[in-house]
Amino acid sequence: MKLPDTVIPPAVGFDAYDVGDFYDEMFDGDRQPRAHYRALYDRFWQLRTDELERRQLAAERSMRRLGITFSVYGDQEGSERIIPFDICPRIIPEAEWKWLERGLKQRIIALNKFIDDIYHKQMIVRDGVIPEFVVRSCATLRQQCMGLDPPMGIWCHITGVDLVRDREGQFYVLEDNLRCPSGVSYVLQNRQLIKQTFPQIFEQAHVLPVDDYCSRLLDALQAQMMHRVRQPHVVLLTPGSFNSAYFEHSYLAQQMGIPLVEGRDLVVHDSYVYMRTTRGFERVDVIYRRIDDDFLDPQAFRPDSMLGVPGLMQAYREGHVALANAPGAGIADDKVVYAYVPEIIRYYLDEEPILPNVETFVCWDETQRNHVLANLDKMVVKPANESGGYGMLIGPRSTKEEQATFADLIRAKPRNYIAQPTLNLSRVPVLTENGMEGRHVDLRPFVVYGKEIYVLPGGLTRVALRKGSLVVNSSQGGGSKDTWVMCDRSSPVS
Amino acid sequence: MLSRVAESIYWMSRYIERAENVARFIAVNLNLNLDMPGAGEQQWLPLVVTTGDHEQFKERYETATKQNVIRFLTFDRENPNSIMSSVRAARENARAVRESISSEMWEHINRFYLLLRENNAEAAAYEESYDFFDQIRFSGQQFMGITDATMTHGEGWHFCRLARLIERADKTSRILDVKYFILLPSPADIGTPFDDIQWSALLRSASALEMYRQRHGRLEPASVVQFLILDREFPRAVLYCLTKANESLHAISASPIGGFVNKPEQQLGQLRAELAYTSSQQIIERGLHEFVDDLQRRLNAIGEGISDTFFAMRTIEVAFQRQAPFGQTQAQLAAAAAS
Repeated sequence: MKLPDTVIPPAVGFDAYDVGDFYDEMFDGDRQPRAHYRALYDRFWQLRTDELERRQLAAERSMRRLGITFSVYGDQEGSERIIPFDICPRIIPEAEWKWLERGLKQRIIALNKFIDDIYHKQMIVRDGVIPEFVVRSCATLRQQCMGLDPPMGIWCHITGVDLVRDREGQFYVLEDNLRCPSGVSYVLQNRQLIKQTFPQIFEQAHVLPVDDYCSRLLDALQAQMMHRVRQPHVVLLTPGSFNSAYFEHSYLAQQMGIPLVEGRDLVVHDSYVYMRTTRGFERVDVIYRRIDDDFLDPQAFRPDSMLGVPGLMQAYREGHVALANAPGAGIADDKVVYAYVPEIIRYYLDEEPILPNVETFVCWDETQRNHVLANLDKMVVKPANESGGYGMLIGPRSTKEEQATFADLIRAKPRNYIAQPTLNLSRVPVLTENGMEGRHVDLRPFVVYGKEIYVLPGGLTRVALRKGSLVVNSSQGGGSKDTWVMCDRSSPVS
Repeated sequence: MLSRVAESIYWMSRYIERAENVARFIAVNLNLNLDMPGAGEQQWLPLVVTTGDHEQFKERYETATKQNVIRFLTFDRENPNSIMSSVRAARENARAVRESISSEMWEHINRFYLLLRENNAEAAAYEESYDFFDQIRFSGQQFMGITDATMTHGEGWHFCRLARLIERADKTSRILDVKYFILLPSPADIGTPFDDIQWSALLRSASALEMYRQRHGRLEPASVVQFLILDREFPRAVLYCLTKANESLHAISASPIGGFVNKPEQQLGQLRAELAYTSSQQIIERGLHEFVDDLQRRLNAIGEGISDTFFAMRTIEVAFQRQAPFGQTQAQLAAAAAS
């Protein structure tokens, strides 16, 4: 029986739901569920709130039992926490996803060309598209990588691009993470949890699968050394079990069936990399490294690093081992470089960017800096080289003193700061103590660059669980949701 | 297999077996207490003595009451051999090699750990001791079952089994040793009904009473020694443990049983052969306590040998020389690796 569209009864959990002055992923402006959310909404409406809570608790118990945790630095006994998981999925219709996917591929191809250019002839600087000073002053520029040719010309094998929607529902790229983006294990685990939580809804929803991510990743990693070795030995290099993303490292290694190694397990001999095993030393061909450039090799980068492998860069330089992502790829993570990405896409691909950037003011430019300083109370100021949501100023939420502090910081080191208008991030319903309430979200799709480019359908939806908060980082009270890319054939036929 | 991973698997397995066996120690005493009204508190100190942590206990506890001893052996985080410390260490090791063990194994260790951390765990240990330590023992046994049923019986599994059996051989001998400490105050009890009760409590703690009865019938010290030390088929008997541990050690090095290619194989092979050709009568004549002491010393040496052979971080130069048995030079090796 189909109810007439005009009298959709409110779901129990949505009785007091307030869409607010935001783009709501589930409801349109008239507080009607959007077409792709309709089936889920109807199902929620059949459930009682306590039933939802019961399923939520079951999902959390399951996470703790499986040890799906992240570590919090400087916290001893309780140093493992689960990332709060919210059971209401975030849904993206397939048509919109196709567009995002095209945009992401375009962006990654351009960024990869950019990195390669920077470590070779720097044509983009010679042609005056990016000032030399911007490139030279990037904290993530690695002189050690000049002239290097990584296998297949690929620098950014795994990328996690952060996307947000504004009040109008338009997607923007917020930042590119080309160093060691994390979070994909939560995408895979969240999917398992949601299948357990809502098996019937899921079955009917025609959601694009994410389960082949690890196979795709392994293929892309092995492809790096196929020209030298028939069966390349791939390992995942982790800083160790005290790292905040350790769960992810061990999970990915397990799913790919590859050894999870620490720096002390590896050794370089005659510019080849070996791992120490119970039967002696075994060659390693590809390293999926989850350690930052700085700690990779004390001979090439920070001499005090205890995590890395002495001599690794030399082995890499001689082509005896592949590293993913390539050292030096972080140059494209710099937020001042970010401001130039639309130009970068036009320059290398001769195409218009598909995905827009958020409007960005670079503070080293005097005109833009003055604009930023005059509007600090309205803008978000970010350091050019931090990740994890640290060291930011959110203008509308800040005090006069904080603004003054940031004004001083900007004047002292203008190159280190950018500013963006404060976005009204879109919201998705979240189960709270008071029933369903809207919370802000972003989206981090994962892109794997191997023989071809694979975009994991959906990605990690991070939720700012604190009411009104815009910060979605797990280190700062964020949670996550399963993200569904829903095939169009599941949409109701009108 | 990575040396570090092998080492973590080894210790994970040893610590779980240790936790299970500490629960068994405590159960011996609980059993004895139930069967010997009036024996009371003096029963508990020997337990601390047998585990080898007497000094540490004296430093931090005034008297060896039931509650103190149970706390020390079960929940005391400063005692590295307490059940809590063992399970925590097992979990830390498991956490470091999650990708190499089955997720069921990890999940089970995690549950085991959470069981000990439950709010009412301490109260349960004192008030419903029997059930509580039963549950600990059962958790250890479940882990073994899950390991056998979910982990490929390859190198990692052999390290698991090797560790478990060496730990078990050590602990079975200590369980037997408890008897001596308990009997020391009254040697006159030998041969009286009390003695019978004590031996059966001891066998029950090693899950051995029924199997012993099937094999030997009457409870006699020499037969108990025969059964717990020299039986070739009972899975907690020392000789059985050493025989199977030896199989795993040879599976790891892929060398035939009957010879040796490394130090621990030599040590374990010698010990096993000695036991195989010893009688219980000889052990008793020599003195059970002295025998157990010597056994523990040699098991420790085997443990060190395993660590030196498989886990120690050698420098690559030394290793490449070792790996070149046919007179290849390092350059030749590198060239071979590059082709």
